[in-house]
This record gives sequence, C-alpha cells and structure tokens, in this order.
Amino acid sequence: MSKLILLFLALIPLLCSSFSPETPSDRRVLVLLDDFALKSSHSLFFNSLKSRGFDLHFHLADDPKIALQRYGQYLFDALILFSPTIERFGGSVDAAAILDFVDSGHDLVVAADSNASDLIREIATECGVDFDEDPAALVVDHSGYAVSATEGDHTLIASDDFIKSDVILGSKKIEATLFYDFSHYMRQAPVLFQGIGHSLNPTNSLVLKVLSASPSAFSANPKSKVTTPPSLTGSSISLVSVIQARNNARILISGSLSMFSNRFFRSGVQKAGSPIKHEKSGNEQFLNELSKWVFHERGHLKAVNVQHHKVGEANEPAIYRINDNLEYSVEVYEWSGSAWEPYVADDVQVQFYMMSPYVLKTLSTDGKGRYFTSFKVPDVYGVFQFKVEYEKLGYTSLSLAKQIPVRPFRHNEYERFIPAAYPYYGAAFSMMAGFFVFTAVHLYSK
Amino acid sequence: MVVTSKASPMAQDLLNSFSLPKTLKLKTKQQELLIRVATLSLIYLLAFVTRLFSVLRYESMIHEFDPYFNYCTTPLGRIVGGTLYPGLMLTAVAIHSLLRLLRLAVHIRKVCVLTAPFFASNTTLVAYFFAKEVWDSGAGLVAAALIAICPGYISRSVAGSYDNEGVAIFALLLTFYLFVKAVNTGSLAWSLGSAFGYFYMVSAWGGYVFVGFQHVQSGEHMAAMGVFFLLQVFFFLDWVRHLLSDTKLFQAFLRITVTSAVAVGAVALGVGMASGYISPWTGRFYSLLDPTYAKDHIPIIASVSEHQPTAWSSFMFDFHILLFLFPAGLYFCFKRLSDATIFLVMYGLTSMYFAGVMVRLILVATPAVCLISAIAVSATVKNLTRLVRAKSPSVQSGSSKGTSTAKGSSKGVVDNSQPFQKNGAIVLLLGAFYLLSRYAIHCTWVTSEAYSSPSIVLAARGAHGNRVIFDDYREAYFWLRQNTPPDAKVMSWWDYGYQITAMGNRTVIVDNNTWNNTHIATVGRAMSSYEDEAYEIMRSLDVDYVLVVFGGVTGYSSDDINKFLWMVRIGGGVFPVIKEPDYLVNGEYRVDKGAAPKMLNCLMYKLSYYRFGELTTEYGKPPGYDRARGVEIGNKDIKLEYLEEAFTTQNWIVRIYKVKPPKNRW
Repeated sequence: MSKLILLFLALIPLLCSSFSPETPSDRRVLVLLDDFALKSSHSLFFNSLKSRGFDLHFHLADDPKIALQRYGQYLFDALILFSPTIERFGGSVDAAAILDFVDSGHDLVVAADSNASDLIREIATECGVDFDEDPAALVVDHSGYAVSATEGDHTLIASDDFIKSDVILGSKKIEATLFYDFSHYMRQAPVLFQGIGHSLNPTNSLVLKVLSASPSAFSANPKSKVTTPPSLTGSSISLVSVIQARNNARILISGSLSMFSNRFFRSGVQKAGSPIKHEKSGNEQFLNELSKWVFHERGHLKAVNVQHHKVGEANEPAIYRINDNLEYSVEVYEWSGSAWEPYVADDVQVQFYMMSPYVLKTLSTDGKGRYFTSFKVPDVYGVFQFKVEYEKLGYTSLSLAKQIPVRPFRHNEYERFIPAAYPYYGAAFSMMAGFFVFTAVHLYSK
Repeated sequence: MVVTSKASPMAQDLLNSFSLPKTLKLKTKQQELLIRVATLSLIYLLAFVTRLFSVLRYESMIHEFDPYFNYCTTPLGRIVGGTLYPGLMLTAVAIHSLLRLLRLAVHIRKVCVLTAPFFASNTTLVAYFFAKEVWDSGAGLVAAALIAICPGYISRSVAGSYDNEGVAIFALLLTFYLFVKAVNTGSLAWSLGSAFGYFYMVSAWGGYVFVGFQHVQSGEHMAAMGVFFLLQVFFFLDWVRHLLSDTKLFQAFLRITVTSAVAVGAVALGVGMASGYISPWTGRFYSLLDPTYAKDHIPIIASVSEHQPTAWSSFMFDFHILLFLFPAGLYFCFKRLSDATIFLVMYGLTSMYFAGVMVRLILVATPAVCLISAIAVSATVKNLTRLVRAKSPSVQSGSSKGTSTAKGSSKGVVDNSQPFQKNGAIVLLLGAFYLLSRYAIHCTWVTSEAYSSPSIVLAARGAHGNRVIFDDYREAYFWLRQNTPPDAKVMSWWDYGYQITAMGNRTVIVDNNTWNNTHIATVGRAMSSYEDEAYEIMRSLDVDYVLVVFGGVTGYSSDDINKFLWMVRIGGGVFPVIKEPDYLVNGEYRVDKGAAPKMLNCLMYKLSYYRFGELTTEYGKPPGYDRARGVEIGNKDIKLEYLEEAFTTQNWIVRIYKVKPPKNRW
C-alpha cells in the first residue's frame, strides 16, 4: 500500500494536467451526484471503473466545495455528471466551466433523464445534442419495448441498434445467453434504456449516435395523450451519443441515468416480439466498454518520430530539391489502457501538400508501429508540407504537418551537356569554324 | 559609393574626349569641346542625382513589389523562374564584384538600389551619341539633358527601383544607337556591337525566354520571321540581278520570284496556323492591338495597373512639353530624311502608339520622344540664334527654314527681312528658355513628389503643406516578423507577396510571381466569398493570417477595395460561382448603402471595414466615412465569426486578421 502511495505521489505532477501524452487514460474522476443513494444503486458501474484503476471522487452536485480547478490546474481528468435534475452546481462550477474543462482536453459523461434540468440541457446543447424540449417526455416504443412485469409500460426500451465500431464498443460482441444462433446481429443482448431521447444537431460533424432508438420509437409524455405529432420520432432519436472533440476530449451523453444502475445491469431482457430471452441485459458490457473508450483506455493514437530523408541518406535535410527521391516514416501507437502498442492499419496516408496534395500515398507498416513510404518530390517548387491527417471513427485524430521547402535545380545541377542539344552544339561550333574559314578565304584569296 | 561607382567612367570620359591644353587661351573649337564635355558631365551627374530623392529622404532600400524579387535573386545572379531575366542580376553582381575588386566593401543591396540611377546616367551618354549620330552634337546635348530628367524614364529608374527596365532602357537605346551607327558607317564592328547590345537587352528584358522554337512557332514572331524571309529574297534577287545582265529577263524573273515567294510564305503561314504548328497570338499581344481585349478576356493581365490604356493626363505628366515638341521634331526629321531619321521616326511613332495602349510602354516611348524633341529644340534654337547673331537683318540665307515650326506664334514673325526679325527671335528664344525651364521644374517636382516615394512608404501633404509619412507597410511587416509564429502562412492579394516574404519573413499563399493563376484565383475567391465559405477555403489553404490593405482612413486609393473587382474577375475566371454582377449595382461599383448585398458581406469588405463604422475620419462627416472613395460605408456593423483582428497599423493602411482555429466541439 505504501508503495502505491509513493507511486501516486510520484505521479502527482503528471496527474495535475489533463490526460498526459504519455498515459492518456484518465485517473482522477469527479462524480457529481444528485443523491448519494446513487452511489450504491449504481455501484456496479462505479466498481467497474474503480477496478480499472480510476480514482473516483463522489460529491453532491450542489456541494459548495466542489471545484474543477485550483490555481489554474485542473484537479480531475474526467467528470461524470449523474445529476440530471441539478439546476445550479455548487462552488464555482457552471456550464461554462464544464465546457472549458472539456475544451482543455478532459472527458465528460453526462447522464440525463426525463425532467433534465436546463443546466444539463445547456451542456448537452453545447456538445451538439438536443434533448426533447418537453421535460416530461420519455422515449416510447410500442414494438421495441422490453417485456417486463409492469404490463403496458413501453418506456423501458430494449435497444440493440449500436454503432458499428469495435473501437468505441469493444471487439467483444455484447454477450448474451444464447437460445438461437442465427445471426451475428441477434447475438447481442439489447440494452435497456429508460429516459429522454435526443437528436443530434446536424451542423455538428463530431457527434455520433452510439445507441439509436428503433424506427417505431417516438418521444412523448407517456402519461398524456399524444395530440400533436411528437418532435422526435424513429431512429433519428439517439439514446446514447458520443462526441470526440477536436482536441480529442471525449464526451458521452446518455438520456437515461437508470441504464447505469445495478438494476438494469442485472436484469434479464426480452425484447417484445422476440422469442429470445437474455438472462442479462447488455447494459453492463455496453457501458463498461463505452466508458473505456470515453476515458481513453481505447482508441487513443499517438504518432511519434516523424522522419524523412533522401533515399540513401539518414539525416533530415532542411530543404528538398525537385525530383528528389525521399523516404518518409512515422510511428503510430495505440494506447491499450496500460501500454503503448503498435497500431496496425492499412489506411494511413501521407500527403505532400502545397495548397492541394501533390502526392498522396498510403503508408505501409511493418506491424511494429512504423509506417513508411518513399516517393519522388513533384516537379514543382514551393513550401510543401508532409501531412498525415488520420481520422478514423472512434480513434483520436492524428494531424501531423511538417513544413519543408522544395527548391528548383541550382544552376549547376542541370545536365552539363544535353544529348538532345548536340545538334545545336554542332551547329554553333561548325558555324564558328565555317566563319573562320570563310574569313580566311575572303581575306586572302583574290 | 555614389561617387565611386560613376567616377571611373566619368573620369575616363573626360580623359578620352578632352585634353586640356597648357595655355589658357583656347581656340573656338577647343572652347566648344570644353563646354560640350562640361555640359555632358553635368548632365551625367544630374541624371544620377535627381534619382536620389528617395534615398536621401528615407533610406537606401528597394521600393516596389517586383524589385524585391529581383533583389532576392541577385546574389545568385542566375535564372530562377521561367519569368526571370538574368541581365539585371548579372549586371548588379558584376558591378558589385568590380567594386569588391577595387577593395570597396559595398553591400549588394546598395548596388541594387543604385543600379538604375547609374544606368540612367549612362543612358544620357548614349542619348547624346545617338542624337549626335542622327542630327548633330547640339541635339545630342539637348537629348541628353531631356532624357536625364524626363519623368517617363525616371518613373522606372529612381534609386531603389531595382527592376529590369532600369537596365533595359539603357540597353535598348544602346542597341539602337549602335544599329544606326552600323547603318551609317557600314562597319562590321558597329553591327557586331549592336548585336551584343541587343543580346544584353534581351537578356535583361524578357527576350531571353523566347530562345527556343518560338520564333518559328509563335504567331507574334511571324512578322519578324517574314522580314527575315523577305531579306533573303531581296538579297537573292540582288545577286541574280548581278548575274543577269539582261534587265528584261531580270524583270520577268523578279515577277516570278516575288509572286512565288509571297505564295510560298502565305501557304506556309496558312498551313502552320491551321495545323496549330504556329500558335495564335497570345492575350498580351491582342491587348496591344485592341486595348479592350484584356479587360474582357484575361483579367489577370488587365488587373495590373501598368497594363491599362494610358490617360492623357499621364502623357502630360510624363512628357510635359516633349508632347508638343515631338510633332515638331518629326517635322524636322522629315525635312532631313536619312536612314537614321527614318529609323528614329519609326521608332517614335510605333512606341508612341503602344504607349497609348499600355501605361507601362510610356517608358519605351520616352527615349524616342526625348530624341525627337531634342531635334526640335536644337534645330529651333539653332535657327533662332543664327537670326540673332546675324550681322544685318537683311541676311536671309536659310534662316526661315526652321523657325516657322515648333511654336505656332513664330510663323508670322519670320519672313524674309522682317523688320523685327531679331527682336522676334530673341522673344522666341526667351520663350523656348521659359518652356525648357518649366520642363526642368516640372520634372524635378514630379520626381520628388510622385516617383520618389517608395510604394512601401507613402508620403502625403498635410493640411499645412508639411510632408506626412505613412510607414504602415513596414510597421505591419515588422509586426508579422515579430509577433507571428515563424511558420505562419499569410494570405493577401498577390501584390504584397514578395514584400511579406522579404520583410515579414513569412510564407505567403500567392505572390508577385503570378505564374499560378489558380492559386491567385483561389485567393480571389476567398476574398469575394462570404465569411463562412471563405473560412473553408482558408482552412484548406492552411492560412493563419489574412492581410488586407485599406485606404479609407488616409485616402490611399490603391488599396484592396479598389483592387477588389479584379479579385472578383480573376476568381470568377477560374471559379464561375463568383460572378462580377453580384458585386455591382447597375454596373456600378460602390461601397456605400446602395452597394450590392454580396459586396457588403464579402470577406474583403468585412476585413477592410471592420470597426471602421465607429471611426470618424474627417471633420464634419459621419463616422465610417471612407476617404479613399469619398462615401459613408454601407455596412457599419460588421461582426467577424471566423477571424479576429490581430493588428491594425497606425493609419489603418494594413490590417492583419488571425484565422481562428475550428471550434473544438463542432
């Protein structure tokens, strides 16, 4: 134990910043709750985080002592808001502070619910997610509901419309007790959801639906008659969404707090109209895997060691000449949660770019993280850039740019004697000789 | 350096042409020589000194946009791009090396700054010899004096204007002089000299890139080609005539040969044109024949202000009295026709025509105008003085010849044995003296006021006649150098590209090397788009800063708003989404309330007038009064979403904006 504390003390300088480039996983997580009862009712989720090494700090959302930063340093790497009804945070925290927290590279988990407060809605809106404006609205699905004890309650939804991304949801398929095995798709246990639906702001290009509602779902107040057409309908309703900001901060927004609860984690699920009864819902695996992604245990790439040099040379030149052959290499690693591992893909590309890419080449990899290629500098001079713009769903985006000027041939780098010009050389010299002969003849023959 | 660079040729000059006799008593001939050499030396000095206004007033620096590029390439002294002519750089490097050889530690920049004045001085010498060859030494002196201070020439050869023209005009005149000399003497040495002069001119001024197959393939060179062809035919016929003694036979042969030669030439031309072997004329060439051609077809050529048709005022400004003396000189030339005068007349007339088509070609016309005017002045004055010096008024031999010309008023006075002939001549001489002194005053004034202010330092007159200096360009470039990351990229209209590169030391998107029209059009498109569309373009170009030049506060008229229509035209030439009519109201370009909506919201307008609506520029005018265009601007409430103001110079002439990074969560 004392060793651990020592280690912790040694790590303090590191922990004071956001996720460090060296160990991108979050360590200290602030959890803001409406009620301390959530601590026990959602203990499975929290325990999973703790067991993965996270240091959770629980506070009531209106605790006046809470602070995200002190002396300009952020005290936490991530923030979990399990306080859907909070109108005003305690201490100095407000919506702007939370958005600043995200904009300085920290992660955020927001769980809303019906009757979500304006504060939570504002934070969500700023992240490109718009909750149903009707505060009492819930997502209702009369065909995709989960069969439960309370007959006629179709607000408990069993959804299995996941985003197709192994990076975000983990490569292990969401498990289920199998009755049948007809398809890959059916094997996934649906995720139980009860709460408010949201839509994605179409102008936001970064937000992703992770769990969508079925086409038959709609968002309305289940206690009153639906008189006007619901504002949110069908699969455009998102139940759980994620955003990876441009600074690679990750945000998870869910319309349901109860989906994180022990009750939903443990409950069995049978989707209405489906003969399959899963003994355990997909919630636990879905949310644990998603939290791994949000807290940078997966899908975090780093590119290091960009090198370029002329073929046959080792040193990086300050300038290239047109038509030089060069080699370019970069190393890309993925964070596995505990160590950097080689990232293997066949779609990493490098551009040789001056206002538009003059060269676009897919890099080959040696499987140990090193990506390399060689190409010829185009016959155009100017200020170029080596650009690697790697943006793949779920992964942090890599954006490397390295400026390099390209110069034309120097006067002494052209061929001294051009074969094609031999007739001209011949012409010039023969004319000189001819002129000489002519002069001699002209002058001395009378 | 000033003294040393020209002392040596001057001293040489003195030694060569002038041997001082031991006795003080000089013969008339010697006196005349002394006066002539002294005058010429003074003119030589004058030509140099009159171009030094800017160096004395500011500092020894290179002024214009293009010269910066030339300066940057000078230490290499070698060809850099396809549009670069090595003559100028080689000259500067040669002078520099010579000075180094003489153990004079001079910075290459100073050599570059003073190259043009030095060559202007040499031009006066050439002009003297040329006019002497064509007319007489009196005309030579006048020509040297005229060309030494002619504004049309000074505009391109002040100290600091390190451009091809500075050297090329010297080379041009030298070539012509040697050519005329060769024609007059029939000497092979002179014609060889002429050929070398021509080579030098071509290497300094463009012709260099034409070495290749262009002279047989390009339509523009067909005329020269045809002349060459005709020469062959002519000499062939000459030779045949020499062989054939029978004239009748020769006549028949002549007819057949000429017909067949013309036919062959026409067929070759037709076939070449049709097969595409001979390229059609290029746009620049068409615009010489039809001044409106460029405006309709190639905006990038027409957008350069020096390619515009010349206004009468600029003729007057650059030539002053020479404009009136020119026809008079033509009259004298026609009266004494020789090969040399015919050449001069042709040179004068064609260059005058082209000067009317393009402003920049005034420069080419200037030597011709000076020479022909010098003939007019010299002949008139000579005739008048002869009248004045005539012993008795009854001496009439040839006196009426010249006087009845240049000035209309003279024709009534001079008649055979007029009673007041002498007095009239004196009056006319005084008149000529008055005109010439006005010319000198005008030239000095123009040089001082218009041509000596480097375009990066603007000078204006304050309310009390005091000189006001706007040093905004340098302020902005130094700001860029000091305050932006070294790899920052600056987007501006191409005019400022070289200066930003050289003085700001930052990468630019487009510069004065206008070889890539697409890049320029992309920048033009960004400037004429709405801010959000422009932001996309700027993101794709990796732009960090945007620089605009704005004259609304100072009344500086060659700013980006006035150049903006060209940006629209050039941008629209490549990207048809940009349409010129969108920026005009009933074909009228305006920036006030009546301006087109697209105009009021395009990036260029927003960047130029950002926060301008709050500013009172002139007493008694509403805030947001644009002094360059004399209107109150139409959009005073400008909000920028994707850019933020980074720096605005003291007089608002240069405004620099930073492109914001994209939003983190969107």
